[in-house]
Amino acid sequence: MSDPETFRVEVRAWLERNCPASLRAPANAAVSSEDTICWGGRGWVFASEDQRLWLERMAARGWTAPEWPRDYGGGGLDRAEARVLREELARIRARSPLASFGLSMLGPALLRYGSEEQKRRFLPPIVRGEIRWCQGYSEPGAGSDLAGLQTRAEDRGDHFLVNGQKIWTSYADQADWIFCLVRTDATAAKQEGISFLLFDMESPGVSTRPITLISGSSPFCETFFHEVRVPKDQLVGELNRGWEIAKYLLTHEREMISALFGVGSAGQATLAEVARDRIGLRAGRLADPGLRHDIARQAIDAEAFAATLERVVDEAKSGLGTGAASSLLKYYGTELNKRRHELLMAIGGAEALGWEGERFDGGALARGWLRSKGNSIEGGTSEIQLNIIAKRILGLPG
Amino acid sequence: MALVWDDDERMLDEAARAFLDANSPPAELRRLRDSRDPEGFSRALWHEMAALGWAGLLVPEPYGGLGFAHTGAGILCEHGGRTLAASPLFATAIVGATLIGHLATDAQKQRLLPALARGELLCALALEERARHDPAAIAMSATPAGDGFRLDGEKHFVLDGHVADLLLVVARRADAASDEDGIEVFALPRATVGLGVERTVMADSRNAATLRCDGVHVAAEARLGLPGQAEAALAHTLDVARICVAAELLGVAAEVFARTVDYLKQRRQFGRVIGEFQALQHRAARLFCDIELTRSAVLRALRAIDAADPRLGALASVAKLQAAETATLAVNEAVQMHGGIGITDDIDIGLFMKRGATLRQLFGDSYFHADRYATLAGY
Repeated sequence: MSDPETFRVEVRAWLERNCPASLRAPANAAVSSEDTICWGGRGWVFASEDQRLWLERMAARGWTAPEWPRDYGGGGLDRAEARVLREELARIRARSPLASFGLSMLGPALLRYGSEEQKRRFLPPIVRGEIRWCQGYSEPGAGSDLAGLQTRAEDRGDHFLVNGQKIWTSYADQADWIFCLVRTDATAAKQEGISFLLFDMESPGVSTRPITLISGSSPFCETFFHEVRVPKDQLVGELNRGWEIAKYLLTHEREMISALFGVGSAGQATLAEVARDRIGLRAGRLADPGLRHDIARQAIDAEAFAATLERVVDEAKSGLGTGAASSLLKYYGTELNKRRHELLMAIGGAEALGWEGERFDGGALARGWLRSKGNSIEGGTSEIQLNIIAKRILGLPG
Repeated sequence: MALVWDDDERMLDEAARAFLDANSPPAELRRLRDSRDPEGFSRALWHEMAALGWAGLLVPEPYGGLGFAHTGAGILCEHGGRTLAASPLFATAIVGATLIGHLATDAQKQRLLPALARGELLCALALEERARHDPAAIAMSATPAGDGFRLDGEKHFVLDGHVADLLLVVARRADAASDEDGIEVFALPRATVGLGVERTVMADSRNAATLRCDGVHVAAEARLGLPGQAEAALAHTLDVARICVAAELLGVAAEVFARTVDYLKQRRQFGRVIGEFQALQHRAARLFCDIELTRSAVLRALRAIDAADPRLGALASVAKLQAAETATLAVNEAVQMHGGIGITDDIDIGLFMKRGATLRQLFGDSYFHADRYATLAGY
């Protein structure tokens, strides 16, 4: 392991040469829009040649997955080096080269539960952004009560036969493969008959239907499985032991949501900046005193949240992690983000309700506000996070 | 600096926990209150604290102290909040030591700090003149007279005022160019002629006093430091004090929360423990999150003092506001979840509630800090 400061010098020089200038600017002033993200995958159309180059260069060093082992295409960095890389990327306000459920959710689960063959087969294409994954978890009758899922996988000798329906499958219509929870034993207790399968979305019998949200966008789908054949070697972990993997992966999903929708994402304008711009100052203060107070309260909570993110990382490094931090971060980060959007709407007034046209930036403010309402539902509702905290951390019964 | 404690800090934390649990639990505050103790704290206990080095915790080593990081002061204050320990620690070892350390001339430090670090010189900062914290509203006047000054005015909410050996009085020079400057701090011995100090009994049963100066004559040497330096030193002292108050509030919040969660696991109604009810579980879980955020904000602010962070003022306001809001919610929820017994004096929850209310006001409530935060951020 190199000395972190020597490493920093190397990283800085490399980024200077390799990060395209067009990817160093903030993506959007007030609202971080999902369409500036590079998701990769077989059918991905790059927004620009710079976006393609940036992904290719970072992936070649394994830096899209800095801490994964080199054997599986990762960067092989230790924690300190990965932190240096993050800091240097933030310093030049570089946009992430690749966001994907493969990187943030499936990868960590495969590293822990996958076979050697599965790791070598599935991890490198994730690092390179070649395969885009989606997550088959929720069902119409199994939302917060996820373990009640009914999609069946029958053992047919050399393969599983999958029948059923998923819902809220993020970007299923654009994904190449799915990691999917299925019921393999209908007679066992509900958590004990679940398995974790991987399969190609192009398999015969898979179909998707996008769901239009109140924001007008369709990031989620209904996904249907009719007699889908899944080879046996695409079962991760043991048969009927998938719930453990599911829970492990949910921890990573919560962390990803905190990072994706959490406050203070790189390049976002602060509420105060937006307010100064739109409302103006009078004698050095925002002209609306009530709004000024609410913006300050939000900023203060966001600072405390940022310090908490930092403390969680420092505690993990010292081996002091509580283990339940992801529920706290998911609950608080998403609630904070919803408040942030409410304040953005208040600052924008009637203009913020603009829905179409250049004047309203295509309705970015209103659409971002409406999209934020899902943050405290997806990946486990705020109420589920509070249940987890009450039971696992506080030890309350029931 | 990492947002976790190092080994020295962990050791201090363990020592403070053990010492205050054994020597100054809430029952000790009850004893002082119910016996109407004239001093409001135990001298014997304070000497033991001084022997542990706590009086000189922040005093630099050349002046006889430990020169410990400010996280140490935060640790002591958090435990003080947890056990409701009444002592001169805050007014003397934190506020007094910081103000003298940042403002006094070397000769003054030589004279004052070693005694302070030994626990033999109790201090009290006489700052406030209005009902709510307003460090800019100083009407106490310092009029040049002879080779010194004449002080006239009144101060409120002077913590430890009636037991302090040395009163640090904030005044404005009568010949100041504007209302914005001319701030000076005068160190007055208790026995100064014309100085009137009167103890005030407060809801939290802790020490406070009003102070009156009627034509008090002080020599020029009574002024701490050189002319024109007091404002910056006072501002820094107030930020250190606010962060330590936030640490004490964190201790109050965490302790009442722990007691409340225990109660939820014991109290039975409708044939089950009330902690099984989701209505209470979710409120408890939210409070847990608030306490964790407060812990982060306080630690971040404590580290900022030692790192001479240019955002110290903003971070102090973040910590103070977070801690005050969290502690207020924690004591209110504690009373409500304890039910009828929560509003009786038989259990300690009410003592925490009263202490929390004092700390909430001390050096700026949440309205003050939200306003200050916005001002510092330029909006």
